[in-house]
Amino acid sequence: MSRFAPLVLAALLAAPAFADPDPADWQAVTEAAKGQTVYWHAWGGSTATNDFIAWIGERAAEQGVTLEHVKLSDTADAVGAVLTEQQAGRDTDGSVDMIWINGANFASMKEADLLFGPFAEQLPNWRFVDVEGKTVTSDFTVPTEGYESPWAMAQLVVVYDSARVKSPPKSADALLEWVGENPGRFTYPQPPDFLGTTFLKQMLIELVPDPAILQDPVGESYADDTAILWEVLDQMRPALWRQGRAYPENGPRQFQLINDGEVDLAFSFSPGEATTAIANFELPDTVRTYVLEGGTIGNASFVAIPYNSSAKEGAMVVANILLSPEAQLRAQTPDILGYGTVLDMDKLSPEDRAAFDALDLGVATLSPAQLGQALPEPHPSWATRLAEDWVARYGVAQ
Amino acid sequence: MLRPLPLLTTMVLLGPVAFGLIGTVLPAFGFLVPGADAPLAHALDWPGLPRALAVSVLSGVLSTLGALIGATLILAGWHGTAAFGWMERVLSPLLAVPHAAAALGLAFLIAPSGWILRIPANLLGWDQAPDLLILNDAWGLSLTAGLIAKELPFLLLMMLAALPQAEVGPRLRVARSLGQGRIAGWLKAVFPSVYAQVRLPVLVVLVFGMTNVDVAVILGPSTPVTLSVQVTRWMTDPDLAFRAVAAAGGLILFAATVAVLALWWAGERLAARLGRAWIWSGRGLPESPARLAGLLLAGGSAAMVLAGLGALAVWSVAALWTFPDMLPDALTMRSWSRFGPEMGAVALRTLTLAAGATLVSVILVIGCLEAEHRFGLTLGQRALWLLYLPLLVPQVAFLPGLQLLPLSLGFGPSVWLVLAGHVVFVLPYVFLSLAGPFRAWDVRLARVASGLGATPNRTLWRLRLPMLLGPLLTAVAVGVAVSVGQYLVTLLLGGGRVPTLATEAVALSSGGDRRAIGVWGLGQAGAALVPFMLALIVPAVVFRNRRGMLHV
Repeated sequence: MSRFAPLVLAALLAAPAFADPDPADWQAVTEAAKGQTVYWHAWGGSTATNDFIAWIGERAAEQGVTLEHVKLSDTADAVGAVLTEQQAGRDTDGSVDMIWINGANFASMKEADLLFGPFAEQLPNWRFVDVEGKTVTSDFTVPTEGYESPWAMAQLVVVYDSARVKSPPKSADALLEWVGENPGRFTYPQPPDFLGTTFLKQMLIELVPDPAILQDPVGESYADDTAILWEVLDQMRPALWRQGRAYPENGPRQFQLINDGEVDLAFSFSPGEATTAIANFELPDTVRTYVLEGGTIGNASFVAIPYNSSAKEGAMVVANILLSPEAQLRAQTPDILGYGTVLDMDKLSPEDRAAFDALDLGVATLSPAQLGQALPEPHPSWATRLAEDWVARYGVAQ
Repeated sequence: MLRPLPLLTTMVLLGPVAFGLIGTVLPAFGFLVPGADAPLAHALDWPGLPRALAVSVLSGVLSTLGALIGATLILAGWHGTAAFGWMERVLSPLLAVPHAAAALGLAFLIAPSGWILRIPANLLGWDQAPDLLILNDAWGLSLTAGLIAKELPFLLLMMLAALPQAEVGPRLRVARSLGQGRIAGWLKAVFPSVYAQVRLPVLVVLVFGMTNVDVAVILGPSTPVTLSVQVTRWMTDPDLAFRAVAAAGGLILFAATVAVLALWWAGERLAARLGRAWIWSGRGLPESPARLAGLLLAGGSAAMVLAGLGALAVWSVAALWTFPDMLPDALTMRSWSRFGPEMGAVALRTLTLAAGATLVSVILVIGCLEAEHRFGLTLGQRALWLLYLPLLVPQVAFLPGLQLLPLSLGFGPSVWLVLAGHVVFVLPYVFLSLAGPFRAWDVRLARVASGLGATPNRTLWRLRLPMLLGPLLTAVAVGVAVSVGQYLVTLLLGGGRVPTLATEAVALSSGGDRRAIGVWGLGQAGAALVPFMLALIVPAVVFRNRRGMLHV
């Protein structure tokens, strides 16, 4: 039973309720963090991400913090766990210490006062963060106000095998046409998977006359605004992979479908993911990526700390490690993760900047110039509503 | 010391189920979970309900019928032949392969871009996989096939164990002398008494088929999912009010299970009546086709599971492997060095948990059996039903309650809760596996020991248990295999904090990384199989020079 001993010990040690730590007193934070175990609830569907989190765990161990990755298939699971505990009156010593989060999950946790903070802007490594150029202080239009700390930039890219597809479609209209000409060769991850929902949002941005309306919460005109989207999806459905009677569960699963010769296009929210997948033999080396002509949605990934976390100090230490130039460089290395950095190159030391400059992004990764300016995420209420409506229309057989 | 054990065992079996059902029923009607508004109505309003329930019922009934017919035909048509001996040797270890690992292997085998269809793809030069809905089909047929492949060996071994009490030889001789064919004679003269003995295991298969989560996630439909999977999703919804909806969904599934069990019971009556008419009619069966069908069903099951495990093994060492190649471009150990260490660590944790749950179960079971032997304290005539209770009540119907109740008492999910949960499911199998040999042990030996002045305890420890080493180790192996395969208990009672091979393998199945799935799936299969191998090898070594003492 010795494997469980640390677990039991941690539970015993964490029993008394302490007052919330002060993030500004970093010395005290690192002291208190020693010996803590941080349960980081993070999406576990990609083995490359899991490996990266394990590496972060090694860095955390150097500062006396044990990091345990709780692998989620849906981030909402972690939000649910915190909510359950709050309703059960478990206001201290909660089971979730840190969550990889953004969008609707963040909005709902912030609104329900389920988050610890503000802490993000007091982290020592915050000084490197590109506050001006990257959307790190608002999350799907919701101001973060220090309740979550960014750690990676993401932008939607389309993945295709250049050996099979010569000229892939670069707009919603072109996609619709292409799907009609190539029946059975296109699909998207099944909403409410975040990548599938992002595909719906991307299509909506392309299809509505004025995308600016998406920055406001869903309003009265929702049905009219989205009618065109459902029309296009209805039209597309008979020509989808499996005639739309089954969908891949998530993005990596769709990569496998390209590798298996079942579909020709896939999506990724990480511009470097295709390169990483090639390095891991998951995709043939003829795979390339591109963005749509009108640009694609981009956002930041954050970590947040629940209000009842049993290891708030430890979680802050981990959040700070995630912002370190060393970790950010590793995250951006294409063979490892290929996530965009949240740091401002001008704020880094010359050596660190040189290391970022020296990165070879790989054959299937677009340069920042090719990626272009990311389109802003719609208000989180759109994602929630689109996913719900998609499930009602296509997710339950009629 | 010994006397309270039967009662304690009863409570271990009965308590969690009763406790859990209460914890499910209350929220389903709007109690216990704050903010829940008419959960039962909400669950009934779910638009996917008719299809999800239909697929749950269909896959449960069809897989049970398939496994039962397959096991019966192979037994009736081939028992006593060399082919049967070979089949039995292949099928028995497959029993230990966890459902998730078998399903993961099967998924790659039967997909349109999978191993089977790559054969015509290579012959006919396809460069694209055909767009066929085989895997995750809307009516759950691939789910049914996966369940048959896993349940057929289980029922076959259960029936084999029942044969000694069925007087096969004399009955079959009479039937054959009346001009009946091999299969027809077996069905008419032997099957009724065999079925009476395996009835509870058959019902377990039926309930599992209708309500399992791990196989349905991997092989079942997704638009919508089966009801059991939807209940699990509601359980983990960010909105707490959905816990109550999950409880209501669990209750609906429970009601459906009871209804199907009632129908099955009616079906048994009908089959008995028809069977009697058939016996009196004296008509036979198309013997050769029936024998062939049995061989194909059983052989097909074995081949599918084995080839699936083979696919997992190849993927775990594959470099690039694209459609339509039958084998990877090159072999590499990279996936093992990438995922192996973590898998090994989790395997150790899984086996520790399994050892703990099995140890508790073995102690309780031996205690019960010894109490029965010394004081005549039995669990009564209903004991068998009691034993099967945790297996007959759908897990999704009482696990939500088991998760909610401790939480409202202030216990969070923990490894101890998971351990306790595993005992509930391990104990029945350990009992079933050990009870026969334990009771069959020659009690005259105990009288001799007692005459030589040995106390009952000394007789138990120095005589009975050592002589029963073989069955004891088999029971332990069964217990470990059952524990290694537990998915939903571990997920719900551990709150995601107790990763085991089962939870990790199923979580990976949603992602696309077949190499990781290969490593983890093989790890799970290995963790279940190795104890069985040890259970075979150890007694052979220990009893190598006192073979007469070996109790099989």
